[in-house]
Amino acid sequence: MSLYTTQLSEQGTVAVDDMILVKGAQTGAGSHMLEGFKPLFSAEAVTRLEKSGYTISGKTHVGEFGLDLVGEFSYYNKQEGTLKGAAAELVAQGAVEAALGVDMIGAPRRAAALSGVDFLKPTYGTVSRYGIISCAASGEQLGVYAKNAEGIAEIMGVIAGYDEKDGTCLKEESYTYDAKASVTGKKVAIVKELLEKADDVTRANVNAYAEKLRANGVVVEEISLDIVDVANTTWQILMTAETCNNVSRYDGVKFGYRAKEYKNIDELYVNSRTEGFNFLTKAVILYGSDVLSKNRYDDCYGKALKVRRVVADRMAEVFARYDAVLTPACAKTAYEAYDMKDAFVKVFEESIFTAVANLIGIPALVSGGVQLMGKQFSESVLLSLAGSTERIGE
Amino acid sequence: MKYELVIGLETHVELSTESKIFCSCGGHSASKEPNDCVCPACSGMPGMLPVMNKRVVELAVTAGLMLNCEISRYTTFDKKNYYYPDLPCAYQITQLNHPICTNGCVTLKTSEGERDIHIKQIHMEEDAGKLVHAGKASFVDFNRTSVPLIEIVTQPDFRSAEEVLVYLNKLKSMFRSGGISECEEGAMRCDVNISVRPEGSTEFGVRTEIKNMASFEAIEKAIKYEAQRHIDALEFETEELVQETRRFDDASGKTFAMRNKETEADYRYFPDANLMPIIIDDAWLEQIKAAKPVAVDEKADAYREAGISEKEIDMLIHNHKVSKLLDDVVTLGCNAKNAAGWILTDCAGVLRKQGKLLGDLEITAEELSTIIKMVDENKVNRASGRKILTAVLEEGVDPVAYCKENELDSQVDASTIETIMDRVISENAQAVEDYRNGKVKAKQAIFGACMRELKNTADTAVIKSLLDQKLDGK
Repeated sequence: MSLYTTQLSEQGTVAVDDMILVKGAQTGAGSHMLEGFKPLFSAEAVTRLEKSGYTISGKTHVGEFGLDLVGEFSYYNKQEGTLKGAAAELVAQGAVEAALGVDMIGAPRRAAALSGVDFLKPTYGTVSRYGIISCAASGEQLGVYAKNAEGIAEIMGVIAGYDEKDGTCLKEESYTYDAKASVTGKKVAIVKELLEKADDVTRANVNAYAEKLRANGVVVEEISLDIVDVANTTWQILMTAETCNNVSRYDGVKFGYRAKEYKNIDELYVNSRTEGFNFLTKAVILYGSDVLSKNRYDDCYGKALKVRRVVADRMAEVFARYDAVLTPACAKTAYEAYDMKDAFVKVFEESIFTAVANLIGIPALVSGGVQLMGKQFSESVLLSLAGSTERIGE
Repeated sequence: MKYELVIGLETHVELSTESKIFCSCGGHSASKEPNDCVCPACSGMPGMLPVMNKRVVELAVTAGLMLNCEISRYTTFDKKNYYYPDLPCAYQITQLNHPICTNGCVTLKTSEGERDIHIKQIHMEEDAGKLVHAGKASFVDFNRTSVPLIEIVTQPDFRSAEEVLVYLNKLKSMFRSGGISECEEGAMRCDVNISVRPEGSTEFGVRTEIKNMASFEAIEKAIKYEAQRHIDALEFETEELVQETRRFDDASGKTFAMRNKETEADYRYFPDANLMPIIIDDAWLEQIKAAKPVAVDEKADAYREAGISEKEIDMLIHNHKVSKLLDDVVTLGCNAKNAAGWILTDCAGVLRKQGKLLGDLEITAEELSTIIKMVDENKVNRASGRKILTAVLEEGVDPVAYCKENELDSQVDASTIETIMDRVISENAQAVEDYRNGKVKAKQAIFGACMRELKNTADTAVIKSLLDQKLDGK
């Protein structure tokens, strides 16, 4: 079975995941709800790539609305138990040079780690969100998969930069991405709390990565960071609330799936959404509705907005002393299959490694099965750190 | 017992912008067929993001300045969640926590004297679409979705239906003259919050809200009906008043409780992450203040001071386009009273002949001021000026070029005038004789003959004074 939902060109060198619009190509976001939806325009990142001479190879499977961590729970992916991200696998197989994916809670980073490729979730606001199927608007960001850091730098150089069609895009003149800058003397911190959440193999992998950095003149130390749990829960609240709101437009009225049976408008809504969304999306909608409800808002959503600032401040303190933090990207190197009904819990157990970058909009790079995070706009530092390890033995 | 009426208003006003609030689709007035002003953004398709229309902010701030509000320097948008087929995203983008204007006040002149109405806030929001029902089917028209609105919320300061109407009429003329909104039928909609209490009481009675009324007549009727219903309930215990939302039925002239009053809707408001907070800095605010049209009252006073008649003032302040033209022409150096005459008499005359109204006037301030100045500076006479104006309005010609081509500006020197006048006088000996015998009109005939000989191009004042000299020896 193909890793593509829609293959567009055999000669294409860049794949995009099914959360990203390509004009005229069916885009389902992994959901029955959007079956048959053909967008009228392409995402800004896709347009920029095409203008620079890249050809899009096709659209790859994602878990419904990008909610599950490896994209297994897609309505269009009938193949079970792959436990691999489709875009990451295409890059790993060498079928494409690079791929674009939407990172809302770390799913592409985790997929990259499991497939042994690189993925960069850039600083929030550097890549236009125009033309992605938006769920968690305040923290999702379009990112790049490639075989190595240099491949990512190349694609980022094309897609990053201000776009007036996205009000959250930062008005920087231009960005440059460098994977070959000197890393000698850079300081990297391993986050103890996250290391402890991972299994032995993953821990060993992180430590081995640290050794490679040291071999390149990087200072690596271990630090304690007690906000990772809080950051995860905070993003869970914000992300479910925003997703619940953004998927409310999929109501069976205008496009996408509509239930066959209904007697009135309420039934049209309820039946279409009951049949169109999977269990995980419904759980997210319920959770999100709850944290936004009048009685819970102040204790949940309102508080989460405040905690987001606290987390940003704490991370800023870390980045005042270190150029990057080094963490596992996920708890294990391989996963056994689990039931979709467990997915909601699994997703938020696992997102402890990745959520903080979405929550506060900092760049996060997965390479060699580990994750590097830095302060805003520090992509070149992260790419150069990863690049220095990737070039060992060349 | 005597009862006092307590009313607060929420007024939605459609703004006169060229495009919608978050996309570049034309505004409501641009649509002709259902769904002809719709794009992926205002029909809720995935992938599109709202991009703020700056003009909406400027008009909302201008409205706030007119209503003496505090202008928020930091203003944000929130999402209001509810499902309805005419709401494509299933949420409305509005302002809850940081509205653009707060704490305003407007003074009304009523039959009872002056009354201050306090404005709680003004916020910006997008309109919803419209459902069209045909038999068993319902159709959605998204032309109106994302059309920009401001909602003006007052404190419960009104004490009568009359005050409400004075207020609404004041808003209407203010917003029309200020270019905020055309305020035509349906572009101004009101929710009326109403309660009744014994006179002298400071406690509020049970409040009901009458939703979504578009005509002033309906609003007046609804208030009167609802007030009586409340008084009857208190006085005669006809029914128990409950806090609820009601609708006004035009046909019966009554209000009715709307469905689902049992559960208060939870709209799950929360900040819209797609729209960054808007910062209104000093420079921008000053720019908006400078561009703000003068308030109706101030404007009328200024026109009065310039010597413009009451009738003309009335025509001007109710027509933003025309008053703006006048203001611009004055800015370009013309006299206000004189220019008002050009617009309201000369331009209006040409339009009348074309079967058009003053509102159809299409002339730039530059064109009009050029013509007025040509006359003022005696480059052409008044009659030629009118001729040029007519050509500009009817054929869209350039005034200066037209004047040249038709030799309207041929400067006739005084000696030529005198030569021609002497000839005319000698050729019209009888008329001169008549004039000297007291027939005043005869002088006019001689003047007319001179003008004809001079092909209507000479300065009439020069001819008049020369003729006075010749005939009266002045």
